[in-house]
Amino acid sequence: MTKKTDVTLNINGQTHNVSVEPRRTLADAIREDCGQTGTHIGCEHGVCGACTVLIEGVPARSCLMFAVQADGKAIRTVEGLAEGGKLHPLQQAFMDCHGLQCGFCTPGFLMLATGVLEREPDISDEDLVDVLSSNLCRCTGYQNIIKAVRMAAEQMRSS
Amino acid sequence: MSAHDHDIKTWVGRSIRRVEDPALITGRGRFTGDLAAQRWVSFVRSPVASGRIKAITLPPGAMVITAADLDGVKPIRPMLHKFNYIPISHPVLADGVVRFMGEPVAVVVADSEEDAEDIAEQVELEIEETPPLVDARAAIGEGAPAVHSEAPANVIVEGRVKTPGFDDVWTSAAQIVSVDIRSRRQNALPLEPRGAHAAFDSVSGRITLTCSTQMPHLMRTAIADLVGIPESDLRVIAPDVGGGFGQKMSLTPEYVALVWLARRLRMSVAWTEDRRENLIACFHSRDQYVTLQGAFASDGKLLALSADVLANIGAYSCFPTTCAVEPLMAMAEMPGPYDVRAYACHARGVVTNTCPMAPYRGVSRPVITLALERLMDKAAKTLALDLVDIRRRNLITTFPYTSATGLVFDDASYRETMEIAVEALDIPGFRQRQAEARKHNRYLGIGLATFSERTGYGTPAFAARGMEITPGWEVVDLSMDPSGRVEARIGASPHGQGLRTTLAQIVADQVGVDPSKVTVVHGDTDRTPYGFGTFASRSAVIAGGATLLAARKVRSKLLQIAGRLLEADPDEIELEDGAAKVKGTNRFLPVEQVARAAYHKAHLFTDLGPGLSETASYDPGGTFSNACHAVIVEVDVETGGVKIERYIVAEDAGRLINPMIAEGQIHGGVAQGIANALYEEIIYDETGNILTTTLADYLPPTSHEIPAIEIFHLETLTGDTLTQAKGLGEGGAIGAPAAIINAINDALSPFDITLNEAPATPQRIHTALQQSGKWS
Ligand code: FES
Ligand code: FES
Repeated sequence: MTKKTDVTLNINGQTHNVSVEPRRTLADAIREDCGQTGTHIGCEHGVCGACTVLIEGVPARSCLMFAVQADGKAIRTVEGLAEGGKLHPLQQAFMDCHGLQCGFCTPGFLMLATGVLEREPDISDEDLVDVLSSNLCRCTGYQNIIKAVRMAAEQMRSS
Repeated sequence: MSAHDHDIKTWVGRSIRRVEDPALITGRGRFTGDLAAQRWVSFVRSPVASGRIKAITLPPGAMVITAADLDGVKPIRPMLHKFNYIPISHPVLADGVVRFMGEPVAVVVADSEEDAEDIAEQVELEIEETPPLVDARAAIGEGAPAVHSEAPANVIVEGRVKTPGFDDVWTSAAQIVSVDIRSRRQNALPLEPRGAHAAFDSVSGRITLTCSTQMPHLMRTAIADLVGIPESDLRVIAPDVGGGFGQKMSLTPEYVALVWLARRLRMSVAWTEDRRENLIACFHSRDQYVTLQGAFASDGKLLALSADVLANIGAYSCFPTTCAVEPLMAMAEMPGPYDVRAYACHARGVVTNTCPMAPYRGVSRPVITLALERLMDKAAKTLALDLVDIRRRNLITTFPYTSATGLVFDDASYRETMEIAVEALDIPGFRQRQAEARKHNRYLGIGLATFSERTGYGTPAFAARGMEITPGWEVVDLSMDPSGRVEARIGASPHGQGLRTTLAQIVADQVGVDPSKVTVVHGDTDRTPYGFGTFASRSAVIAGGATLLAARKVRSKLLQIAGRLLEADPDEIELEDGAAKVKGTNRFLPVEQVARAAYHKAHLFTDLGPGLSETASYDPGGTFSNACHAVIVEVDVETGGVKIERYIVAEDAGRLINPMIAEGQIHGGVAQGIANALYEEIIYDETGNILTTTLADYLPPTSHEIPAIEIFHLETLTGDTLTQAKGLGEGGAIGAPAAIINAINDALSPFDITLNEAPATPQRIHTALQQSGKWS
């Protein structure tokens, strides 16, 4: 066993002081040390995107980062998306458009899309497909995910 | 709810939002990997495909279990009582011999997942390698070594059929057309890999196994048998399951090991498969050779069909279906939607030193359809017929239809779906565009695939196969509580299909409440009646039928009680909008008041019995969905890349209970079919080593590769199922490989290409172009 390091993970505005081995991935730390299991792990090698979280507002693969690298940074996960019990427009759109089936990829897609739409609200439809191609979904065939993100983008622009 | 839904008075038929979604979109889904355990497990897996284990050297002080420790644990031994099936034993941990790369040899137990993995790396295996068999044709070749001594020729299941008078018909035909199909190995690749958490309860002595499975009850039966405990000592929970697609319906040795460990250690142990393990050691699929020959009359009528099917089933047979599922389904269903009376088939399942194969979405039909539809296109070309015309002349149009192998097709719409798809495709317009494009060295092509999809099999269909365990029926326990809320406990066990929503719609119509008042409980053997789970497009049909029956019973009781309370004839009462109303009057009672009376005023209804709990079972004979997929592709002859320009599905799955969910199933299935057609392949080298061990080598398509899919629905309501639904979970995956590979062949017709292999990778397209001699 390797020596542990103390890190502070700031997840959805809450501070988690945890002690982790330096090799512990951020995904494992979020899920196991901080109990936020909404972030999923589908490949652990950076391809599927199920583990996507926002770090300082930027989508990142939490399986490709060590927890120690996220020390003190602001992390957002799917648990923080709905505010005061009100669903985020993206969450609502995923429901309305049937953008999920098993739901395993969904947190990753939601965080990816949140990060993108917050930084680039006017992103074109084409570029959205491009961005969404960085995550894998095995159930939906993507069509309804794309539809949901476009719908949410429109709503977020008009609100 | 979509616009036209407003016209529908029933809940069935409406695209209501899924009750599953709120938890899943807020991070409150509960998956197996979310559970913490006292100990973590890592499997030591064979690095070679074939060999004898000479020694296993363990790191000092580590807790490592090998086959020798698993005293009393029986090997998995799937049984089939037919078709020259040779049973072979599948040890939970390799016992003296390894038969495929990735086979579990030992289990490490440690305090954390990381430690378990570290220790697993330090376990030294000394294996004396023996020559491996990787390919099915090699495995039946002269002098091939035996993978199992019980099956010296490596064939463990074999079936033959030949209809009377076949030879005469064959020799009378004007034209024999033949295709050689190769379908490469695939992985179903659910996004959530396998995982299991086994916990020992020190008070009751029971084990609770939470695992990512499609069939919790059968897991309980199988694992209790193998470990040697009564079934009641084991509880199996399938929580949220992150996709299954068939891969999670077969018994996995790892779960048996976990239950044994939890019992031995008297604590909780957990294992989460990583993606590499999933790619090398979790059930593969599709690996088959099919030679299909058709004897045609000069007008294009198919007179006789002859098939040879060779399925590489890997190192072991899978439980519960056995490895016979692919080759024998091909044998029984090969004529597909075509009317042909003379049929012969020879189907074999052979063992090799590769990962075991198991059912995967579509099971056998993707390959059947690929073979049949390639044959139709080739015959059309040979006989100078149009690709639509040849199908028109051969599709079944009168029902019920008894196939050459004795299957009875209920009402279907093979011709109609094809005409819809063809019309949408606008073939004359396309041909012009195609000719124009060719002038600019752009190669467009169209492809069709028409198929029948047998769904909702009951016990008669499974019994005909000779399986040791005959699935088919489902039971539903349904109760309305005194507050008017309904709970339906089902044996089926969905993993993304939205079945809770679908069944709630069925119940809501019967008992007159909103679907949000109906809870569907599944995936827990302690909470649900015995059932077979969710696979083979069966749940809406079978669990749906049982749900309907149980709900009708509750409805009838509600009507009688309401009748007495409202002093009206039960026939005069209607249940809707949460109320029992006397028709044509303003007299009504809220449903909850009727429900309350059933429980708390039972003395008024002694003849009816107390409460509102009913059980029903359903075991249908089975039905057939059908569809036509039509596609336009463009092939880049420089790169060998294929782009899908349009994808059309005309689908008939009987009654659509929730059209939105039905379309989602089609989208997802088509995406997996496109993956099968163009991208995904598990590649072994000749030593039996897998080269595709990450998602950088094994290539699932992304939103870039999957086009928008245009869907047309036909609803031929079947009288053969209670819900009139036909099941459609697999159809998308069935049609795509055939339609796309036909389209590629059409696009490359100026080069006289024959490409009969899935996936049609750029490399294969290039090779075909080069071999054509017309391309440089
Ligand atoms: S789990 Fe991180 S990208 Fe797949
Ligand atoms: S919904 Fe299952 S992986 Fe996307």
